Amino acid sequence: MDMTDGFADEGRELCDAIQACWPEAHVSRSALGETTWSLAPDTLLSVARILQADSRFSFEQLMDVTAVDYLAYGKEDWVTEMATATGFSRARGEGHQDPAVRPRLDGRFEVVYHLLSVSRNERLRLKVFLPPEGPPLVPSLTGIWASADWFEREVFDLFGILFDGHPDLRRILTDYGFIGHPFRKDFPLSGEVEVRYDPESGRVVYEPVSITPRTLVPRVIRNDARYPSTGPGKKEPSHD
Amino acid sequence: MTDIQSYTMNFGPQHPAAHGVLRLVLEMDGEVIRKVDPHIGLLHRATEKLAESKPFNQSIGYMDRLDYVSMMANEHAYVLAIERLLGIEIPVRARYIRVLFDELTRITNHLLWLGSHALDIGAMSVFLYAFREREDIMDMYEAVSGARLHATYYRPGGVHADLPDRMPQHGPSRWRSKREQAERNRNRAGSLIDFIRDFTKRLPGRVDEFENLLTDNRIWKQRTVGIGVVSPERALQLGFSGPMLRGSGVAWDLRRTRPYEVYPDLEFEIPVGRAGDCYDRYLVRIEEMRQSNRIVSQCLDWLVAHPGPVILDDYKIAPPPRTVMKHDMEALIHHFKLFTEGYTVPAGETYAAVEHPKGEFGIYLVSDGANKPYRLKIRAAGFAHLAALDEMARGHMIPDLVAIIGTQDIVFGEIDR
Repeated sequence: MDMTDGFADEGRELCDAIQACWPEAHVSRSALGETTWSLAPDTLLSVARILQADSRFSFEQLMDVTAVDYLAYGKEDWVTEMATATGFSRARGEGHQDPAVRPRLDGRFEVVYHLLSVSRNERLRLKVFLPPEGPPLVPSLTGIWASADWFEREVFDLFGILFDGHPDLRRILTDYGFIGHPFRKDFPLSGEVEVRYDPESGRVVYEPVSITPRTLVPRVIRNDARYPSTGPGKKEPSHD
Repeated sequence: MTDIQSYTMNFGPQHPAAHGVLRLVLEMDGEVIRKVDPHIGLLHRATEKLAESKPFNQSIGYMDRLDYVSMMANEHAYVLAIERLLGIEIPVRARYIRVLFDELTRITNHLLWLGSHALDIGAMSVFLYAFREREDIMDMYEAVSGARLHATYYRPGGVHADLPDRMPQHGPSRWRSKREQAERNRNRAGSLIDFIRDFTKRLPGRVDEFENLLTDNRIWKQRTVGIGVVSPERALQLGFSGPMLRGSGVAWDLRRTRPYEVYPDLEFEIPVGRAGDCYDRYLVRIEEMRQSNRIVSQCLDWLVAHPGPVILDDYKIAPPPRTVMKHDMEALIHHFKLFTEGYTVPAGETYAAVEHPKGEFGIYLVSDGANKPYRLKIRAAGFAHLAALDEMARGHMIPDLVAIIGTQDIVFGEIDR
């Protein structure tokens, strides 16, 4: 795809500029030319302020804020062996989660920001990994980018991550009076409650769900021969 | 002397001008809006969570249902994200077909936007004319994918099928004479390409007709000029994209600035507004229809001259053709595995964005190497636009609020996801 070709140099200048400004910064460029910077929650606010205002970066737009829950990362329903260029192996047994494949062993949530610089035509992804202890709390960026308002409300609603300094941190997408944070990996796909109209009491009532959760397609991670270097796929095929 | 007190008013969610299921809690000072608090989420289906529970290909259909008036543009961002993680290169013909349908989708989106926006402000006839043209694009969708709305046509590796050689025709009907039937089938005698070509010749004249009705219309200008003004600085602050950003005078279009597919090889211009009001955004979208029409005819010229494959020849990702499966055991196994288990995507993350008719539509995809996405985040343009409704509507009156909702071109399928 020409997008990957065109991205050979994409972001290199940006990486250098960040390294020059913050020598400690943990910046990386993926093979696709996407620049990612992982940083701690306490440095986020000062970094974001400079990224927005400084003419070396001038990220005028915050395009997206989201979160990732790493609780079930690398977890499979079935253990499989490999896939080669010509065939597939059979599943061997019950799945498990390899703890080594998680990007960070401590903590669970990561807040992801996508920045866009219109004047410099550049994108940057900021990732803030929340520490395991204490409440899930990151500083709010509403003071720097106005668009952060609803994006942060959505992350709060769906993941239960708190944004310190947000002027109006209410739920946004879920129902009035909703309990729980539905996009966490330990929240069931079918939800906790269902609603129906009850003719006896003459109103809508909430009840525990009657759906039994089931897996239609098992989740499998194959050691695909075409991608030798991929993370969790690196597990050795054993022949027991 | 009596004081006029401010009061709270509820708008929607069943209001015809609320474009679906928007509920607004308005704080009014007489006729003047002091504060708008949109309550969204009435159409929240947790698409992102559903996608985590399914193999990659089974979620393409969900993408159609996000912004349900520009279906294929949504699919595009999703398949681009998968393709980038897989590191695959798709056939050139498939890229042209994707661009062709992206631009047809842009036209159909803007037609629906124009019709409903004008209807909200009180111009009934534009709605009827806009839907007449839109119907032809629905027929193109149907010819190529079998569905008028939810196409599921783009696949990782290309598109599902090549453009058909024969355009489906209207059958006999007891409500229409033979002559009327023949007239309706006049431009359907040839292939789909001929049908689209006929459409591209007709469209500029039809856009002129819309402009005749609106552009210099005194009532239309009274309702849109100077309404919902957003400065370029605020537009950037508020995360605007697409026509909302260009209407404020920021020349930013992903098709030019961060080109994908074959946009670098095509000729088109990016219209930019000046005042940042509803009228300028109207002009921008009208001109975008004309430019999309140009792109469509360029794609048609290329597609006629360059036959070829439209999907990757890799049975791990794209299903093998039926004829091959009849005699090749490996192909049959691949077909079975592809439709039961799907393919695994190498671990990693990517953000793929396309210039959707409404703005930047992005997919942030995190894979842990499994056959299902680990996390899928949909960046919908309308979400950021609606968030700015409060700022845009303050100080205006309720009829202006309706004009601002219309100019934002919001669709709740993508905002609530």
